[in-house]
Amino acid sequence: MSKRIEVRDLNVYYGKFKAVEDVNLTIEPRSVTAFIGPSGCGKSTFLRTINRMHEVIPGAYVEGEVLVDGNNLYGKGVDPVLVRRQVGMVFQRPNPFPTMSIADNVLAGVKLNNRRIAKSDAEALVEKSLRGANLWNEVKDRLDRPGSSLSGGQQQRLCIARAIAVEPEVILMDEPCSALDPISTLAIEDLIEELKTDYTIVIVTHNMQQASRVSDKTAFFNIAGTGMPGKLIEYDETATIFSNPAVKATEDYVSGKFG
Amino acid sequence: MTATTPRPASAEALPAKPAIRLGDLLFSRAALWSGGLILVILAAVAIFLVAQSIPALTADPADFVGQPASFLDYVWPLVFGTLWSAALALVMALPLAIGIALFISHYAPRKLAQALGYLVDLLAAVPSVVYGLWGIGVLAPAIQPVYSWLVDNAGWFPLFAGPVSGTGRTILTAGIVLGVMILPVMTAICREVFLQTPVLHEEAALALGATRWEMIRMAVLPFGRPGIISGAMLGLGRALGETMAVAMVLSPQAIVSFALLQSANPSTIAANIALSFPEAYGVNVNLLIATGLVLFLITLAVNSIARYVVNRRKDFSGAN
Repeated sequence: MSKRIEVRDLNVYYGKFKAVEDVNLTIEPRSVTAFIGPSGCGKSTFLRTINRMHEVIPGAYVEGEVLVDGNNLYGKGVDPVLVRRQVGMVFQRPNPFPTMSIADNVLAGVKLNNRRIAKSDAEALVEKSLRGANLWNEVKDRLDRPGSSLSGGQQQRLCIARAIAVEPEVILMDEPCSALDPISTLAIEDLIEELKTDYTIVIVTHNMQQASRVSDKTAFFNIAGTGMPGKLIEYDETATIFSNPAVKATEDYVSGKFG
Repeated sequence: MTATTPRPASAEALPAKPAIRLGDLLFSRAALWSGGLILVILAAVAIFLVAQSIPALTADPADFVGQPASFLDYVWPLVFGTLWSAALALVMALPLAIGIALFISHYAPRKLAQALGYLVDLLAAVPSVVYGLWGIGVLAPAIQPVYSWLVDNAGWFPLFAGPVSGTGRTILTAGIVLGVMILPVMTAICREVFLQTPVLHEEAALALGATRWEMIRMAVLPFGRPGIISGAMLGLGRALGETMAVAMVLSPQAIVSFALLQSANPSTIAANIALSFPEAYGVNVNLLIATGLVLFLITLAVNSIARYVVNRRKDFSGAN
């Protein structure tokens, strides 16, 4: 299910503005990769290029290649809709559909991918996905309640359940814990550790402890100044980035000297 | 901020009195008065309607123009015509309004969307007499061949039963004119609620691999549902009470008929009042006002039903 991601010479633009410049990196399957860096350094923008979500903003485009198991996401005739069905995403703020029940939220993506699903299959899938997101025991008695009736941390796990219900190859997480309290954050981090056995996970985080706790490899992004494009400064094993980075800027950032 | 205001030592025993600010006071009173005024106006209209209706309700039906068997016999065809023409207008205009609103909010390039928005708002500013003139002068003659064709080829369908009206001035024409009239307000409201769909929810749908239309079905339409219903009710309210357009297009008769294309058509309450009032005398004036009371009650019922529908699924509204 999980796939290797290779990024080659990637530039990301919003209209004339170059937001991210010249990124090259390879993400191994069944691993957790963290993107860290100061605000505005392009890490979220870069993350969104991995499932072409940045294209939602008018005028956004990329140069270069993003290969998922050798297939270029930006190749000719590649449908962004299909890319997003393979590469799931969890957002900064929990965003379950407020007009749907908890169960319908989990099934939302599945119903897009294959319109008809037998009732028993649907129930089984809801349970499997919610168990996968460590949420089943908390919501099994109120699957027909609105998703917005849950706490923030539960909503975020519901969003993860919704993402894994379609069995994507990669899961992108854009600061998934930044709107959550420490207990809910811990629950999500434990979940990431479990999901790693099945999925390739890429997570953007502002929390360096979180990056060091959950990730196998870490990429540090930085900008030279306002209006300049973000760049990948260093990409290595998480332990190396946090103990013995090769670049001075990385060391300054992870030790809290700036950012 | 009241809590931080230092209190004089001598006043310690007294309960703390919140400071009153002039601006707050003025604003809250102004809001209270405005709210109260609505109730007063509504009550004044209701009292007028009821008081003036009572003579008609107690009078001998033989005194009414046309000698109906009873008040109900008189008002029922009008109630039917009112509801039927408004329903026709709504059925035609609502899908169109939602479509236009979606196009403006989610499909059109920004400049085109703005221009379209202005155009739609402009439609709302056209007086209803103009719509009525357009209905009899342009629409009716232009659409009459279509009606003939429908009666010839689909006459077996009860709604299209013959004989066809030779002028095109039928209840369907009135419904179309009403539909055009209520389109702008419904479009404007739908557009506003569609634009307010949280980007978060739209992105959630897109990230699951939804196409644009699927995203609209998953995130935009469910979120906008209460707004769509409110817009439809505003439109329906206008269609129910619309006078001139219907009065000009239809040559009314006191009948109850679903047939859309015949020359005999039921009138509506408002149009009937406008047409009959100049010649009404004695208890017939009260009779017309009593039909106005019935229209008032119908509108009240329609709005209450709409409120109920919106509130029924409040938990799922997205407002929490």
